[in-house]
Amino acid sequence: MKATLKRREVVKALLRDRGRLLVVAGLGSTAWDCTAAGDSALTFPMWGAMGTAAMVGLGLALAQPKRRVLVITGDGEMLMGLGSLATIGARRPANLSVVVIDNERYGETGMQETHTSRGVDLAAAALACGFREAMGVGAREELSSLRKAVHAGAGPLFAQIKVAAEKLPPVLPPREGAVLKARFRRALLGPKADLD
Amino acid sequence: MIDWPLEVFRTLKKAQVRQVGYVPDAGHKRLIELCLADRAMEAVVLSTEEEGIGLAAGAWLGGARSALLMQSSGVGNCINVLGMVRECRFPLLVLVTMRGEHGEFNPWQVPMGQATPGVLTAMDVAVHFARTPEEVVPMVDAAARLAFGSYQAAAVLISQRVIGIKSFQEQSAR
Repeated sequence: MKATLKRREVVKALLRDRGRLLVVAGLGSTAWDCTAAGDSALTFPMWGAMGTAAMVGLGLALAQPKRRVLVITGDGEMLMGLGSLATIGARRPANLSVVVIDNERYGETGMQETHTSRGVDLAAAALACGFREAMGVGAREELSSLRKAVHAGAGPLFAQIKVAAEKLPPVLPPREGAVLKARFRRALLGPKADLD
Repeated sequence: MIDWPLEVFRTLKKAQVRQVGYVPDAGHKRLIELCLADRAMEAVVLSTEEEGIGLAAGAWLGGARSALLMQSSGVGNCINVLGMVRECRFPLLVLVTMRGEHGEFNPWQVPMGQATPGVLTAMDVAVHFARTPEEVVPMVDAAARLAFGSYQAAAVLISQRVIGIKSFQEQSAR
């Protein structure tokens, strides 16, 4: 079945009225999607370290158990860190969600097909690893319940959202890692962020 | 005989380390058990060492100090993601138990063990090499201060001479 959801609209819908939500965006297209939905100091967009976005989310979720943490990443990025699904499943933080925007392509390198185009089911893998809930999403109507679960459901939650393979103009967040780190910590921790 | 794993644990507590990512290693066995037993500490078992770099980055973003425990073979797994630590200037404290070094009995451990200090240095991680039990705790203390006081990446390599495992039989008996 051909994917019809558009990634920018999906991410915008998930981040609508995001409130106190903390976001980690995996490198490449998902970082541009999050920026297109509105650059925020409480989003940590990654420009490298492929395969570690979900783990950055885990460290953040454990450090901030009272906040909800959402990792938004791509299928290629998730595939590179598949073991982190097992690590998250073994620890089971209730406040962490991992959402994979799955276009079945490596978007930044020439739209080459990823494993998910050949049937690799990331949601089934997440469920087998011990996520409390893991779902495949392909229809617009499913997004609002997913958004609610990200904000209030019992995690860890995983969603694999099938989206159309589009080549879109990048919407870039700031690039410098130290700036992205500092602005995130200041927004989350206040003035004491720079005194620790 | 110095109980260095216990003293290292106390040093981590004193440094306000709240998260400890680890890939199990015989040399870290006692320290891992101490971390797991501490209710105020999040001890997270990893499936590969590079996950721990992500964990440490996320912990710091959330305002928590962390440490990462691994064997020297795991250092090679971290190379690319150490680029994030440098670019973002995340503090990082890594405690590495050495293999492929002092009196190694498994030849497959030797290449990565011998390359470990060079690999860390190449990725801008400050290397402290503890070759005696007496050196371990002061070096962990110094590395923790370098990491969290000066926002650097710092590793303490704990020599095979300190750990003292000389054969497969001895390793599996621990």
